[in-house]
This record gives sequence, structure tokens and C-alpha cells, in this order.
Amino acid sequence: MVGLVKTFGRTKALNELNLSVAQGEVHGFLGPNGAGKTTTLRLLLGLLRADAGSIRVLGGEPWRDAVDLHRRLAYVPGDVALWPTLTGGEVIDLLGRLRGGLEPQRRASLIERFELDPTKKCRAYSKGNRQKVALVAALASDVELLLLDEPTSGLDPLMEAQFRQYVNEVRGDGHTVLLSSHILSEVEALCDRVSIIRDGAVVESGTMAELRHLARTTVTAELATMPEGLAKLPGVHEVVVQGQRITASVEPSGMAQLMAALGAGGVTAVTSAPPTLEELFLRHYQKAQP
Amino acid sequence: MTGELTGTAGLVRLALRRDRWLVPAWVGLFAAMAAFSASATIDLYPDQASRIEAANTINSSASVVALYGPIYDPTSLGALSITKLTAVYAALMSILMVMLVVRHTRAEEEAGRLELVGAGVVGRAAPLAAALLMVGGVSCLLGLLSAAALMGAGLPVGGSFLFGAGWTATGLCFAAVAAVAAQATTGGRAANGWGFMVIALAYMARAIGDLAEAGPGWLSWLSPIGWNQQIRAFAGDRWSVLVLPLAATALLVPAAFALRRRRDLGSGLLADRPGPAVGRLSSSFGLAWRLQRPMLLAWTAGSAVMALMMGAIAHNVAGLLNSPGMAKIIQQLGGAQGLTDAFLAAELGLVGTIIAAYGISAVTRLRTEESAGHTEAVLATAAARIGWATSHWLLALAGVAWLLLVAGVATGLGHALAVGDSSQVLPITVAALTRIPAAWVLVGLVVTVWGVWPHATAGVWGAYAAFIFVGEFGQLWGVPRWAMDFSPFAHSPVLPGPDAELSGIVWLTLIAGALLAGGSAAFRHRDLAG
Repeated sequence: MVGLVKTFGRTKALNELNLSVAQGEVHGFLGPNGAGKTTTLRLLLGLLRADAGSIRVLGGEPWRDAVDLHRRLAYVPGDVALWPTLTGGEVIDLLGRLRGGLEPQRRASLIERFELDPTKKCRAYSKGNRQKVALVAALASDVELLLLDEPTSGLDPLMEAQFRQYVNEVRGDGHTVLLSSHILSEVEALCDRVSIIRDGAVVESGTMAELRHLARTTVTAELATMPEGLAKLPGVHEVVVQGQRITASVEPSGMAQLMAALGAGGVTAVTSAPPTLEELFLRHYQKAQP
Repeated sequence: MTGELTGTAGLVRLALRRDRWLVPAWVGLFAAMAAFSASATIDLYPDQASRIEAANTINSSASVVALYGPIYDPTSLGALSITKLTAVYAALMSILMVMLVVRHTRAEEEAGRLELVGAGVVGRAAPLAAALLMVGGVSCLLGLLSAAALMGAGLPVGGSFLFGAGWTATGLCFAAVAAVAAQATTGGRAANGWGFMVIALAYMARAIGDLAEAGPGWLSWLSPIGWNQQIRAFAGDRWSVLVLPLAATALLVPAAFALRRRRDLGSGLLADRPGPAVGRLSSSFGLAWRLQRPMLLAWTAGSAVMALMMGAIAHNVAGLLNSPGMAKIIQQLGGAQGLTDAFLAAELGLVGTIIAAYGISAVTRLRTEESAGHTEAVLATAAARIGWATSHWLLALAGVAWLLLVAGVATGLGHALAVGDSSQVLPITVAALTRIPAAWVLVGLVVTVWGVWPHATAGVWGAYAAFIFVGEFGQLWGVPRWAMDFSPFAHSPVLPGPDAELSGIVWLTLIAGALLAGGSAAFRHRDLAG
């Protein structure tokens, strides 16, 4: 999707958003509440129409080719609404058939895996169980693309683990997954590539390694003698010295010189922590604040 | 204090805040109705002789008596003024009270908001108490305002207050019915359905009771709407009859609280049973049918019973007319058969109008499904937008046609059984079927409004009410002919009868088709709206 704009009244939900997801990858779509994640997914489904920009999904245009594209994708909405008078099993089958059929074996194994009781009326399900119904309904069809909007919200940790395991299983079969989330550990564990959205525009996109490359690594070392001028080395920041112990955050470009300096100081122990996604994420959002 | 009623005051404030526009609008509308009705009657019938003539005409016309009830004192200006207010508008006002109670009790519970509220320092019975207090207040306010409206128009003080008290007591009585229904059912829709059913039964019971002077007049005494008539404001002022609705309220309200104490949050009297683990639904159409079916079944039963009874009493009409002045009119209408036909035509017109409400409510599913997020789930699959929308409106059209067929056959059967002439069934059924296109126009109107401006879909109810008001009061208020012609119901043929204008059927069908096509096309080109 290129240069996507979507406004609701006076609110600009998406502001020239660009996003590309390669076939076969699990792509994380990160952003805080209200950043435009759900709007983006609804545009990809052709439920909303973009005010400007162009979108291609599986070679088609989602607004025009909605029905044909929907045969090849499945969606888990962020806000799962089910028909109160239908049972979970009926909803799964209905949505599967509307999509063009589901695989009974896969349906049965998913129900077992997520420990779902399909005979209950939807109004009697808890939030987590409603989420399971939506997940099973989406995953039970063999589709090329999965659009998942915060798919594990309301699930317990065991079910979350089941979900991760499932995504890892289908990853190899050429499935493409766009996973919108704000649970960073989940994205970090599952995704090949990540896009971070802020105020309706993607501000960062790349593999986890690339994103890490843009950020600083935290280095902690214990030295025999403390060399002078460590804080003045290019690319080295936030130097804190406590006795024989030094902590600094280092840009990738400054790493070599710092290591040389530490070596000269007779380093006895060193730990280096690559930035977590959480740090990357917080950094992006804190930057926005004045 | 941590009693069952803790927090009631706060919930009353919440209810008033949520309904700060709805309630004043409705109460104002009803009070304005009372004022208009009285002042228009006073203008229209300036002297005693013209009033007596009008009252006698009403009393001698069975279809009018069935609709509004008789006038108990032909010399009373007040009694003539409130003809339409004591039964029809009492029933409409009761619908409002039922909806208000359910809106603040079962509907809140179903939506899960009472869970949030109940977790606060709020007693178990507080939501029910708050809803009843609020609706009780609304009833009292409505009674006072309508009494003031009648007095303002120049009617006697005593009768005006009694009339207002009648509306208040009737409103309280049906609010109590709704409170019980809200405890017994598990859904707001079902609770409303039960409440409306009781109102409809009460209305019909008094219609039959009022018609059969020698026969089952006691039926009127079983009906809260009948009680409201028997108060006889401006025609004897029987204050003591007010005891009946108040006693019914005093019985039903504790019953509702007792039911509330015995059940869990979210449950009704009947527990949910497990359903099938494997579904058979496989299309938008199947889903729409599944969602609309329960309501259609209920309406089918209701229409059949109502139409059968109306058909059975039709032939009594000629016999009930004891006014000597009516002989001429009967002759003009083609004798006793002509009069029965006129009654049947009026009755079928009423049935057609009521069944149009089914059409509106069935097709409004398009909007409720959309705002609930269900449409998003369906349209994210390979289901096409047009196919999904079409299944809902096609079923609404078919439902309307089916209900009118049922009503026509039932009316015909009732009439045929009563007069022992089976050849009556077919023409009466055909007459009922000619009412279909007018109801279809309203279905089409909903689809158009929803397609273009989804948030305004419920506004079609306003148009529907306006069509009814104009049809009922248009002549009384001197509404110009062209404005009255906006109502699709004005263009249905008056059947059975000798010279009915049939071209309206064609026009109405074409307009309905255009509205459906336009609305569907507009929906194709807009965003889903939450």
C-alpha cells in the first residue's frame, strides 16, 4: 500500500501510510491504540475505501475485488462480535463456508487445541472464548493470507502459546501473516519483519536485525583501570561509571572503538544486551513527545 | 447502608442523562397530540348539535369504535376531543414505557454494561428500581402535561386531570409488565416483544369488548387499555376505576423484584441449553433467515389470531348500528354487505399498517448487524456486499407478504365461519394482498436511508409514525391533500368494496423497487459504519 490516506470527519486516521508485506512472511504491525492499525486492516479488506493512495492485496484491489480476495484470506477482527443466539460451532462453520469452505480436520484439531466448547451460545462465551471462536473460524480455512488484529487479546498464556506454535507451524507453508499487535514479546517471537505505525504513518519498517541495527546496544564492562575519555568516543552515549564498572549505550558505528578502548583498559568481564523491541518502540514514541 | 437498592439514585441520574433527548421529545409529542386534538375538535365542532352528530357518527361506525372505542357522552366536548387519545394513543404511549423499562434493564444487562455497573456499590435490585422510578416519573410528567394541555385548550379541569391520571396509570401498568418481562427473558428484543404482545392483546380485548354491546363487554374490563376508557373522562369522571391499573402495578412490581432476587445476572427464567457443535448455515441468506425467523414466527401467530378475531366480528357491524340516521348511509354504501365490506377494508388497512412495522423492524437488521460488528465478520469472507444486503431485504419483503397472506386468510376464515359462507375467503385474502406494496415502500425507504446515511436508519420509524399521524389526523388538522399523499398507505386500494382504485399497487411496487435498488447501490459505495 502506497500513500494511503483515510479521514473520518475531521480526524485523519491514516496519513500517507506506506506498507509492504512480502509473500510468505510473518509481518508484525506495531502501534499504540488509535495509531490506525485497525483502519489499515479494514482498508486491506475493502470494508473501508481509501480517500487517496493505492492498495494491492494478493494481486488485487481490495475495494473492487473484495469477494475474490476474501476467498484467499481470513481475518480475525480486533473487536470480536458474534451472534448471541448462534453457537460457537455454528459461527465457525458459517464464516468458513462463507469464505468458500473449511477443512473439517483442521477445524476439529483447532477446537481441541484451543480447548473450545463449540456447543455454547455465543452470548454465554467469555471474552477469551469469543476470541477463540474467531481464531478457529479464521484458521480453519486454508488461505494464503491471514489478517490478524490483536488475535491473542483476552487469551490466557497457555492459549497464547498455542497460537504462537500454530503460527510457527504454518509459517513454512507459504502462508503470509499480517499480525497487528501491541504485545511486543509476541511480535518479537513470531515476526520476520516489523512495521511501526505512529499517527497514521509507518515510521519504521524492517527485519528485527535491521531495526536493532538502528538502535544502541547496552554494554556493561568491568575494567582493571578506567581509561580516560570514554564518554568522548563517537557513537558512545550515557556513560555511567561506578567504581570499576562502566555502563554505556553504544551505536553500532561506535562499537569497534569502544571495544578497543575497553581492551586497553584490561577488561575482565563484558556483557552486551541488544535492544529489545520494547526499547525500540518506546524510543520511537518518546521521540514524538516534546 | 448496603441494601439491595443501594445506588438507585445514581442509576436514575444515569438513565436521565442517557435519555435526556429521547424522553422530552416523546413526552412533548404526546402532550402536543393531546393539545392539538382538543383544540382541533373545539374548532371543528363549535356548537352542541354538531358535536352530538359527530359523536353519534363515531358510535354508530363499528370500525371507528373498534379502533378508538365509543364515546360515552355524546354531549360532552371533552369526550369527543379525547376519542383518539384513550385507546390508540394510550397504546402508543405504553409502547414507549415498555421500551424505556427494557432499555434500562434487560438491554443493559444483555450488553454487559450492568456487569460493569453491578461491580460498583450498587444493590442487586437497584437497576430495576432505577428504571421503574425513572419511567414512573416520566408517566407522571406525561399525565400532568397532557392534563395541562387539555385544560389549556379550554376543557374542564376535573376531566383533564382524570384523563392525565389515566395515561399515568396506564403507563405505570405497562412499565410493570415490562419489568416482569425483562426478568423472565434473556434478551432485550424478547422482553420488548413480550411487552408489545401484552399491549396488543389488551388493545384487541377492548376492541372486541367495545364492539359487542350485548356480548363480551367484560373483555374490556380485562384490559388496561379498556380501563383507561372506562375512566370515562369528561363523560362521568369515574375516578374509582383508576384503582384497577394501580392495583395491577402494585402486584406486578413486587413480582418483578421477586424474580430479580431469584436469578443470576444475565440469566432469565429459562437456562440456555447447549446447541449444535456443527452448524448448517452456509450463506448470507441462511444467516439472515436464521436471524429473522424467530420474530417472523411470533408475528405470524399474532397476525393470525388478531385477523381471525377481526374477521369473526365483521358481520356484527350492521347489526350494531341502531342510529336511525345511519340507515341512509348504509343504503349509500350498498346495504349491510357494503357496510361489512367497509369495516373489513378499514380493518385490513390497519393490519397492513401494523405489518409494515414488521417490515421496518426486519430490514433494520441491516443496520443493527452492521453496528454490532457482525457485518464486518461476514464481509471479511467471500460473501458479497450486495448478496448480504439483498438477503436481508428480500426476507423482509417476503415476511411482509407472508404476514399479509396469513392475515388475509385468517380474516377471511373468521368471516366465512361467522356467516357460513366459504366463498368469502378468497376475495378477502386478495384484498389483504393488495396492502403489500405500501408496506414494501417502507422497507425500501429503510434500505435507502441505511444505504446513504446509515446512522439515520432508525429515523424511518419517525416517517412511519408521521404517515400514521397524517392518515389519522390529516383531515382533522386540515393537512393539505398533497402532504397526505406522501403516505404510501393512502394509495393502497380500498378492498373489499365495489370501486377500488388499483393503479396504486403498480406505483407503490415500482417506488419500492427503486428505493431498494438505490439503497443497495449506495451501500456498495460506502464504508462500513460502526
